[in-house]
Amino acid sequence: MKLDSGNTAWMLAATALVLLMTPGLAFFYGGMVRSKNVLAMLMQNFVCMGIVSVLWVIDLFSLAFGPDKMHGLIGDPATHLGLKTGGTLFVAGVPTAVIAAFQITFAIITPALITGAVADRLRFGPFVLFVTAWSILVYAPIAHWVWGGGWLAQFHSVKDATSGAITKLGVEDFAGGTVVHINAGIAGLALTLVLGRRIGWPKERMRPHNVPYVMLGAGLLWFGWLGFNAGSELAADTTAGYALVNSVVATAAAMLAWLIVEKIRDGHATSLGAASGLVAGLVAITPACGFVTPVGAIWIGVIAGVICALAVAIKFKFGFDDSLDVVAVHLIGGIVGALSIGFFGQDAVNSLGRDGLFYGGGLGQLGRQCVGVGAVLVFTFVMTFIIAKVIDMVWGLRVSRDVELEGLDINLHAESAYDSGGPASHTSIPEANMAGVSSEKVSS
Amino acid sequence: MRLITAIVKPFKLDDVKTALETFGVTGMTVSEANGYGRQRGHTEVYRGAEYEVDLVPKVRVEVLVDDDDVEDVIDVIVKSAQTGKIGDGKVWSVPVDNVVRVRTGERGTSAL
Repeated sequence: MKLDSGNTAWMLAATALVLLMTPGLAFFYGGMVRSKNVLAMLMQNFVCMGIVSVLWVIDLFSLAFGPDKMHGLIGDPATHLGLKTGGTLFVAGVPTAVIAAFQITFAIITPALITGAVADRLRFGPFVLFVTAWSILVYAPIAHWVWGGGWLAQFHSVKDATSGAITKLGVEDFAGGTVVHINAGIAGLALTLVLGRRIGWPKERMRPHNVPYVMLGAGLLWFGWLGFNAGSELAADTTAGYALVNSVVATAAAMLAWLIVEKIRDGHATSLGAASGLVAGLVAITPACGFVTPVGAIWIGVIAGVICALAVAIKFKFGFDDSLDVVAVHLIGGIVGALSIGFFGQDAVNSLGRDGLFYGGGLGQLGRQCVGVGAVLVFTFVMTFIIAKVIDMVWGLRVSRDVELEGLDINLHAESAYDSGGPASHTSIPEANMAGVSSEKVSS
Repeated sequence: MRLITAIVKPFKLDDVKTALETFGVTGMTVSEANGYGRQRGHTEVYRGAEYEVDLVPKVRVEVLVDDDDVEDVIDVIVKSAQTGKIGDGKVWSVPVDNVVRVRTGERGTSAL
């Protein structure tokens, strides 16, 4: 294998695209919370970029993508320790350094997605600890199971022939339906059960404070997601092209489907509905994008748009405060997408994939997809619940009542997002805080 | 002297301002306000969940006038702010003991 500059160039660009998704997600979520908590929401997302990037290079990449250890449960922590193998070629003529950087961005956005379920009530320090523990104990193993050649492994990871492949289950997850979305969705559910409801929920109105932010964030997510999905081919080829067009058309169809549900159910097609629908479509097409035709992608988008729009009602029915609908959009959308491969998959699109039920492939792949989904649901729920419970008991994961009522921004970060233009914005800075600067200098 | 306070629909502010200027009122204070009257608020829907928004955005216009002008100025405001639909707002006036122009120290009606 020699370096392939075409593939490598695409993976470099795709990495940058995917990295932008997390700031996009921060605004998508930030616009939906109340104005007193928007900075805390942004910070929870940005700090994931901080923590996970460092952990990933130190050893998480090795745990996720190193050679199999413990019968497919985890990767060898020694192989890529400190990314010492960065100069070697990993797959399809792309250096390990590039693949590791691309995978950093996935590892970042997965815990960032969880924060939407517990908006308005997380303490910052304990959350940092949570992300650290969760990345090591939950994300790295599951990434290994599916992509790193672990026990659920899809073909993808065995292209480089580091593992035997025959004994693996062959769960297909092109870009992260199980690893990213079901994983984050079920973790969000576990976390919201540990933390409990926000004060006043569901009686008090907690409407989004800035819907344009939500739309902006959704637009950035869609843009970056093209790198997420088409980049997951790890090469610039026809399958990547299918993944790209499917990620456009499924998303478009899901947005329309969500809006139609709203129009029929509530009387109006809303902007928040458009943003939510397109994200639901992106989630659902993520695992399937490299295995289905563009028409199959439209069907997946429509199904996901309708089901996710209706799934928002689940939290009210069961009384758990999944604040920004991570369960409805990411968990349910991820399950729709992961299972859809078992129906809509076509090996004409991807020679490494298998035909689904609708194309004469029988129930085999659908069964494998169900095992993959079930494994992630159980493992992540149990592990997340334990991690959150332990941190909560030892340190306290939830802010105090006073902090929650007054707002997280001013209490956790000593900042407020908006200058209201009121009297406070015209008040001069007290001299005591301007160490070393005389009042003459300030006034001149 | 009297203080006239008018709560009007935000999009009628320009009409009110122009009408008052035409009448000869030389100054006013305008601020954003939220409230409700008999019309109550409105309903917003986010991801299918309905929210009753009972405080509706309004604009508060305050004008200081001489006693003789009170009724005329109130008429000007009411005419220019009226749409005939619910939620048009209210206007009221209260007596004012004294007014001082900060720059010159003038007091009473000469400070208006």
